[in-house]
Amino acid sequence: MEYRLRIPIPESDVRKLKIGDIVYVTGTMVTARDQAHRRALALHKEGKPIPIDLRGGVVFHCGPVVKKKDGGWEIVAAGPTTSTRMELFQAEFIEAFRPSIIVGKGGMGPRTAEAMKKFGAVYCDFTGGAAVLAAKAVERVRGVEWFELGIPEAMWILEVKDFGPLLVTIDSHGNSHHANVAKIVEENRPKIYSMLGITSK
Amino acid sequence: MVDAKLVEDLAVDLLRLAAIELPSDVKGALEKARGQESSDIAKANLDAILENIRLAESMKRPVCQDTGLIVFFLNVGHDFGSVKGVPEAIAKGTKRATEEIPLRPNAVHPITRKNSGDNTGAYVPILNWSYVEGDYLEITAFPKGGGSENMTFFSMVKPGEGIAGIKKFVIDSVISSGGQPCPPTIIGVGIGGTADLAMKLAKKCLLRPIGQRHSDPEIAKLEEELLKAINSTGIGPMGLGGNITSLDVHVDYAHCHTASLPVAVNTQCWAARRATARIYKDGSVEILSHRR
Repeated sequence: MEYRLRIPIPESDVRKLKIGDIVYVTGTMVTARDQAHRRALALHKEGKPIPIDLRGGVVFHCGPVVKKKDGGWEIVAAGPTTSTRMELFQAEFIEAFRPSIIVGKGGMGPRTAEAMKKFGAVYCDFTGGAAVLAAKAVERVRGVEWFELGIPEAMWILEVKDFGPLLVTIDSHGNSHHANVAKIVEENRPKIYSMLGITSK
Repeated sequence: MVDAKLVEDLAVDLLRLAAIELPSDVKGALEKARGQESSDIAKANLDAILENIRLAESMKRPVCQDTGLIVFFLNVGHDFGSVKGVPEAIAKGTKRATEEIPLRPNAVHPITRKNSGDNTGAYVPILNWSYVEGDYLEITAFPKGGGSENMTFFSMVKPGEGIAGIKKFVIDSVISSGGQPCPPTIIGVGIGGTADLAMKLAKKCLLRPIGQRHSDPEIAKLEEELLKAINSTGIGPMGLGGNITSLDVHVDYAHCHTASLPVAVNTQCWAARRATARIYKDGSVEILSHRR
């Protein structure tokens, strides 16, 4: 199935999404990598707000290439970064801020999948490295927060139109496309060992 | 003595070429991979990659937002003359390239994580020097992405495990990397030497064009065998499943201690960026990696 969704995305829409579905999103979304996740959770722990309400929002694991333009910013290139680094924070992050969609590449682990099931969120893959393609969906940079973390780690607030195609690879029903692929790879391992003349396990 | 401004300008040009336009062997291999995939997901990902490559070239933008930690390989010809001032000129070129192209500033202090803002810092840009016959200075810009560099592995394999031990370590490394290094990847394998040399050989292998085999037929055979095995895993483009996990495997070796068998694996993403040029003694410049 293919869906075009507007941010904020209600939980009822998120729950419809299944692994293998294609999603395009429109609205305001944020980037967040290791440092932004860490800071957001630290603020939350202290009972302080973060700069933007992420309820029903889209969080993009991305550190863009940016250029100053007309007193603001232009996004030059903005593909996803490896999401597994955020596995350290993602489950708590989802519980604290209740985003609907996490976009990255490479998939995430069982703790994140469990949080997605519990709180109603999905993980989507955008093709890694397809940075110019991703940047084309950014209509405007609304702002940047935590700039002192450096350009890649700052939280960029982006207005996007039909950002996608995003492939749902972890849904809110406990299914993970990544886990399915890993299972196939594991099944192939003995065959590959024997191809290479490896006897030990 | 080499003209420092010429080196600085060339560093900017090479970083721009590398960031925006992939070498033709890489583009060709990705197009070939598209034809070898059967699943919709694998085909869609390779289509996005190929479309992105075209867009980057036409819009003159970096092909990937991770424009890498800045690495250069320099081959100094014995008859070229002094290379005094070259490191400073390359650092200046790196700062300018960051601003002018632009590149993403990626160099941070390893502990404080403070970003220097200009892609330079302690030992960065990283310069790898070699000495060769000739009257030129050959410079390769090799910006290295973090996602693929994180998929680096090293093992002191027991010599008694022999070639099977080497193969197992390589295939286990690739399987544990899964989709994280942005497959289809290129796998560099360094065998022998000391730990540091094995790692350096693994990285240097990644400079070799796709499809070019090692001159030693036994090593060439190992490369082909490993590639076939990796592409039987089912990891596929972006780790989302498919037939093509790696575009190539490059292996190099050094003699090692009789008690040791070091094996290093260094991974390159599909955005396998490199750009090479020569400055000759007479001051003329020739771009080798891209047609101009």
